[in-house]
Amino acid sequence: MNARITFAVAGRVLTQVRRDHRTLAMLLVVPCLLISLLWWMFDELPGDMFDRFGPALLAMFPFIVMFLVTSVTTLRERSSGTLERLLTMPMGKLDFLLGYALAFGLLAAVQSALAVAVSVGLLGLEVNGPVWLLGLVAVVDAVLGTALGLLVSAFATTEFQAVQFMPAFVLPQILLCGLFVPREAMPGVLEAISDLLPLSYAVDAMQELVGRADEGEVWRSVGVVAGFAVASLALGAATLRRRTP
Amino acid sequence: MMKNVIEVRDLVVVRGSREVLPGISLDVTAGVTGLLGPSGCGKTTLMRALVGAQRLRSGSVEVLGEPAGSAPLRTRVGYVTQSASVYDDLTVAENLTFFARVLGVARDSAEEAVASVGLADQRHQVVGRLSGGQRSRVSLAVALLGSPDLLVLDEPTVGLDPVLRRDLWGLFHRIAEGGAAVLVSSHVMDEAERCDRLLLMREGRIIADGSPGEIRTQTGADDIEQAFLHLVEGAAA
Repeated sequence: MNARITFAVAGRVLTQVRRDHRTLAMLLVVPCLLISLLWWMFDELPGDMFDRFGPALLAMFPFIVMFLVTSVTTLRERSSGTLERLLTMPMGKLDFLLGYALAFGLLAAVQSALAVAVSVGLLGLEVNGPVWLLGLVAVVDAVLGTALGLLVSAFATTEFQAVQFMPAFVLPQILLCGLFVPREAMPGVLEAISDLLPLSYAVDAMQELVGRADEGEVWRSVGVVAGFAVASLALGAATLRRRTP
Repeated sequence: MMKNVIEVRDLVVVRGSREVLPGISLDVTAGVTGLLGPSGCGKTTLMRALVGAQRLRSGSVEVLGEPAGSAPLRTRVGYVTQSASVYDDLTVAENLTFFARVLGVARDSAEEAVASVGLADQRHQVVGRLSGGQRSRVSLAVALLGSPDLLVLDEPTVGLDPVLRRDLWGLFHRIAEGGAAVLVSSHVMDEAERCDRLLLMREGRIIADGSPGEIRTQTGADDIEQAFLHLVEGAAA
């Protein structure tokens, strides 16, 4: 591992994103608009529906967006030959992966800061725990999305396939994360599956922060999400090969 | 006897169900060596083996006295793939700066590399908006970073106009005069005369090895294309 190379990769990825104004604007503005839409939708309903659904949405944005962006960009690296070139240079696999994780983690931090600011400041989302912890959960979540995106890009040969991994990998996690039906109320098999999916823990952490705000619980969930991210990065590293057939 | 920069012995490479290199042996010394042969004869596979990107079945590949692809070689070998492996959404300068940081070479090296492929004026243009020939020159510039001891160039002059082609061959010879070895592949036989030494390749084997003059004399042909035909038809007879 080499910090210079990791930072070189992260810097380059950020330059690429910065150059693509439309992507950058969408990354930052769309989550704010969607969370506002959610608030508006529940505005005239009784109860605190926004407080129930808002946190889950804050957990989903960084995960989904980073998953998509990473799987497409790494696929591009694989097919354009830049990855092969980098691996003939003194580039460690971890340098490459951590560079991406760093760049997209940073981007996710900005994205989440904006979405949290809108939710808490403008829309009146009640957060009982520390707001910065909300941001941290979002960043860990984004790193998870990045790590999974890197992993699945190894199994896609075209950008079309990479995009299809989104419904295949991400939608089941959204359905089973406890947003629509509390996890305890699901059929046993689904609850067990839900326990194995990382997004469930990310949503748990967010909901805990808004609800009882037991920080120990939050950290436990964040730990599980981080564990999934590290495991996916390790698996992703295994799919990067210097020598290919 | 000049020291070998590349030594390949009995190399076998299988891709899919096809034996692309059925046991090839060759040496490359300093200077500009041309690897010439028709498309699909295994040039790219051989070059990938030299930079350590190709999975090998058997045999050995040594570069600068080390096993190909080993860690010490990663800053000493420059490699240009057939398609331009650079980032289309970055400028020429940003591409070069990034790869220079990965290699750990000074920033001036990036400026020098851009100048030596004649792209100084396009430095701040986004690579995706350049012409095909310009893009492949950006890719070549990346390979020049840090003055490697061996340059492995997979068809770097394909599709370029004659003036540029002449200039690039001039550049290859200047690099070789500086002591590096340059291995250039091409399927265009008329580039043969620009090389110090030639390796003619067909169906995964080397069918001739020598200076362009030597090969012409051996075969009694007027040019390398004739010599190639003579060798192929001689082998078939």
